Amino acid sequence: MDIFIDQFFNIEIMRKSLPLLITGLWMTLQLCSAVILLGLIGGLFVALGNMSERRWLRWLSIAYTDLFRALPPLVLLIFIYAGLPFAGINISPFAAVVIAFLLNNSSYYAEVYRAGLISVAKGQWEAAQSTGLSPAQTLIYVVLPQAVRNVLPDLLSNTVEVVKLTSLASVISLSELLYNAGMARSVTYNASPLVLAALFYLVLLWPLVRLVSHFQRRLAA
Amino acid sequence: MANRPMLEIVSLEKRFGTNTILKKIDLKVAEGELVFVIGPSGSGKSTMLRCCNRLEEPTSGDIIVDGRNIMAGTRRDLDRMRLQIGMVFQGFHLYPHMSVLKNVTLAQRKALKRSKVEADARAMDMLEQVGMEHKADAYPGELSGGQQQRVAIARSLALDPKVMLFDEPTSALDPELVGSVLKVMKDLKSKGMTMVVVSHEMGFARETADRVVFMDGGVVVEQGTPDEIFGAPKAERTRAFLSRVSG
Ligand SMILES: Nc1ncnc2c1ncn2[C@@H]1O[C@H](COP(=O)(O)OP(=O)(O)OP(=O)(O)O)[C@@H](O)[C@H]1O
Ligand SMILES: [Mg+2]
Repeated sequence: MDIFIDQFFNIEIMRKSLPLLITGLWMTLQLCSAVILLGLIGGLFVALGNMSERRWLRWLSIAYTDLFRALPPLVLLIFIYAGLPFAGINISPFAAVVIAFLLNNSSYYAEVYRAGLISVAKGQWEAAQSTGLSPAQTLIYVVLPQAVRNVLPDLLSNTVEVVKLTSLASVISLSELLYNAGMARSVTYNASPLVLAALFYLVLLWPLVRLVSHFQRRLAA
Repeated sequence: MANRPMLEIVSLEKRFGTNTILKKIDLKVAEGELVFVIGPSGSGKSTMLRCCNRLEEPTSGDIIVDGRNIMAGTRRDLDRMRLQIGMVFQGFHLYPHMSVLKNVTLAQRKALKRSKVEADARAMDMLEQVGMEHKADAYPGELSGGQQQRVAIARSLALDPKVMLFDEPTSALDPELVGSVLKVMKDLKSKGMTMVVVSHEMGFARETADRVVFMDGGVVVEQGTPDEIFGAPKAERTRAFLSRVSG
């Protein structure tokens, strides 16, 4: 039992590795912010493309979402980070992670938005446009708020997935939370930093997961 | 200048695929006139109204509002011209995520660029006109159908339209709520609004309409005063329709 506690819950080692883990957490948060924000914006445009009257835009949007949901994000990441240099394109690890996960993540957000936009009655568009609102104004003030509200649990679920996804960045040695925890483990020959990192993820994601359940129950009611 | 045309529908044609729904419709509505449109289901009444503000794109023809052709011009021009054409739907289509007041101010703020103070004041005026000022802070979901429809009318009126189009405004309402909406429409008429009303409320037409238009199969079959159409319809199709709806 002592060995267990010493190996996994060693307070002294946790304390020592804390600064490294905090640095990693900061990197993870930056990654998440970039991927989530850009994903929310990009996904909306992809979803709008999907619903466009122009056929080529619809096709482009469908090809995009199909491709980037089917490709494993890790494959994308390694291709962008380690494959593109062969074409003379060198990208920083941070940018590689953001681009790879953005492609993946915006596709999922796009599908969620699409479901949301479809859920808003056509009469809402017609009423708004009949009062002289432009299509963009109709979208922003009338349709999007209702669409987002209707799919809020799915948007949040997808956001949870993004946070988890960023731990894959450790594969290309980007010093985010998991990577730094692994470093601390190899320096201290002790698994406690990994446990601490897991706790960080838990603290980060548990409220979000709760929120998803809350909204799901409210929408079902 | 009485009797100048406020809305002119000129040889309006609408096809869906190979289906011709409106066949060269011509209709002139004078300033302050209330034109009441009747006809069997599928005769094209809604399509005609929806072509008037290009919610449905006409296949050919012109729609002229107060001398300006809304078929000409850019998308921007269309948004501006839609401000002059109020539309009231069978299903109300209030914005469920906004308060009644917000529903009535949104287009004033964003399309007409009125200040908040001005838009709020105008909205309260219009809500008062339709008897809904006491519900300014309520949400559409908390209102009865009749109340929602009156708010929807206020939402259109707040933009100072030159013409109001009504597509079966009372058809989705419980019978006891129909009267409150018809009363608002009657008030509007007495204030001089130009109106085109598609409805089955024949009593309202007899009392309020200047002209009744009977449509069938995408054409105007017959038109005249309420007395002429209801009392002595000339066309066989009109007679058949009227005996069906009254009988
Ligand atoms: N978007 C559309 N695509 C194809 N056909 C359509 C479309 N909208 C309407 N139609 C057809 O056009 C015809 C006229 O429809 P419209 O809704 O104008 O009739 P209406 O006179 O308003 O009937 P109702 O009294 O039932 O409301 C119908 O046959 C309908 O099926
Ligand atoms: Mg109709």
